[in-house]
Amino acid sequence: MKRYSAFAVAREAMRYHAGWERAWTSPAPKSHYDVIVVGAGGHGLATAYYLGKRFGIRNVAVIEKGWLGGGNTGRNTTIIRSNYLQDPSAAIYEKSRSLYEDLSQDLNYNVMFSPRGVLMLAQTEHEVRGWKRTAHANALQGIPTEYIGPQRVKELCPIMNIDGPRYPVLGALWQPRGGTARHDAVAWGYARACSAMGMDILQQSEVTAIRQKAGQVTGVETTKGAITCGKLAIVVAGHSGVLADMAGFRLPIESVALQAMVSEPIKPVIDVVVMANTVHGYLSQSDKGELVIGGGADGFNNYTQRGSFHHIEETVRALCETFPIITRLKMLRQWGGIVDMTGDRSPILSKTPLGNCFINCGWGTGGFKAIPGSGWAMAELVARGEPGPLAAPFGLDRFREGRFIDESVAAGVAH
Amino acid sequence: MLLLTCPVCGVAADETELAPGGEAHLTRFGPGSDDATFESYLFHRKNPKGVHFERWRHAHGCGKWFHAARDTVTLEVFGTYSAQVTEPPRDILDRIAAKHPGFEWEGGA
Ligand SMILES: Cc1cc2nc3c(=O)[nH]c(=O)nc-3n(C[C@H](O)[C@H](O)[C@H](O)COP(=O)(O)OP(=O)(O)OC[C@H]3O[C@@H](n4cnc5c(N)ncnc54)[C@H](O)[C@@H]3O)c2cc1C
Ligand SMILES: [Zn+2]
Repeated sequence: MKRYSAFAVAREAMRYHAGWERAWTSPAPKSHYDVIVVGAGGHGLATAYYLGKRFGIRNVAVIEKGWLGGGNTGRNTTIIRSNYLQDPSAAIYEKSRSLYEDLSQDLNYNVMFSPRGVLMLAQTEHEVRGWKRTAHANALQGIPTEYIGPQRVKELCPIMNIDGPRYPVLGALWQPRGGTARHDAVAWGYARACSAMGMDILQQSEVTAIRQKAGQVTGVETTKGAITCGKLAIVVAGHSGVLADMAGFRLPIESVALQAMVSEPIKPVIDVVVMANTVHGYLSQSDKGELVIGGGADGFNNYTQRGSFHHIEETVRALCETFPIITRLKMLRQWGGIVDMTGDRSPILSKTPLGNCFINCGWGTGGFKAIPGSGWAMAELVARGEPGPLAAPFGLDRFREGRFIDESVAAGVAH
Repeated sequence: MLLLTCPVCGVAADETELAPGGEAHLTRFGPGSDDATFESYLFHRKNPKGVHFERWRHAHGCGKWFHAARDTVTLEVFGTYSAQVTEPPRDILDRIAAKHPGFEWEGGA
């Protein structure tokens, strides 16, 4: 792999940019891998990357039915934060956020991490109390966040209307080192680094069956033929139920559509990320100038990657109230992703009833921010066969044992 | 926009009028059942990509619960039926089998 650098740009400028290589290879599948990861989203690719980097396991394939990063990783609103209420969540999300800080250097790929700060608005008394509680919890967890009043919110985000009409802004939870990153670049950066370690990323290959013998996984069948493996990691977000069905178990997960959209590009108007959970509106501005807008999820099982129309209306209504300046903007694109929801709105990193088969899922509406930390913890689980401290609380057994990591009461929505 | 006809009052309701109630035909296990069945009843869901049977409530209408058979990929509705039954009616199963040759109802979980 040739390194990207200012020098490389200058060198290529002198020779018509003819020297750039492909970022990753497109190999034919081998007949056997030590580890097969199903799903080349951010979480699957990061799992493979840290398997190689931390544990020296490089005979790895990442199998993807579409194109890499084409699932939720390429469809999300890229909000990164770690101001969660529960300790296990704070630990894994903060690990992840801190890995984002120098991910571009680590991968030699610009993921455009932008710690511009995240404001989570309090628009009801309930939220005021909730965010104050979270700020206290974060102080104990060592995560810098602050509860701030409405005037400070207005200073940080002048285009916001803090006076209502329906839900005046009463305050906000402010995480100054939260922000955004370029979603595609995160997938591409990990993919390039995996490929450079000799791993195979097999795109346009769908896993159609999981082979097992005496309770142990032995391989997978794909649209490109059968492949055997020592260990299997299922990292397919919205399709987790489908893969679990192939492996012969059920999950505490339901898949629903979540939508986002972007406006036409405009001059910079907002340099923070704003989340308004009560009214379901999420807003930030991309470097291209588009306003990136996220909204609510459907309430019923759905694999359509489209989402219901009335959610668009709700989200736009909420944002027009909060940001009157955007009322005349045109929307450019709208899309949906299939998110994997657990009852406690916390993820699953776990062994499964099938031997040597591991699963990473349940990130639902909020797993982009978790990609580096999740890959870090998942690699450890797959390599050692047992979870490390970050993954341990997120096992499947927590449902049976009633040890929920309840972020659903803490936030209602994730992101 | 998802449209379901409420079998109780006969109104063709759009989804803003309805409250989704999750997977249908679950067998309820309570105290006294073993851990695995209780866990399975409370948490494990089929979450199929394709034909699905669900509970819905006509929340902003007659207020009654009912059942719906739907395809989660195409959003096609195969029919709605009473909440008081433990399995889908024959005509709905036939309609599904016509679209998905070989489809058989696996029974409730
Ligand atoms: C609209 C929207 C907004 C969001 N906003 C945010 C946000 O602001 N902040 C945040 O932190 N999170 C956000 N999220 C959540 C975040 O996008 C996801 O949690 C995260 O991207 C999940 O990554 P993943 O790698 O697990 O899944 P994915 O990126 O979906 O990757 C899974 C891959 O598995 C593949 N696959 C499935 N089945 C098979 C098979 N049988 N064989 C082979 N491959 C298969 C899929 O094609 C897919 O590429 C949002 C999600 C959506 C949809
Ligand atoms: Zn009715």
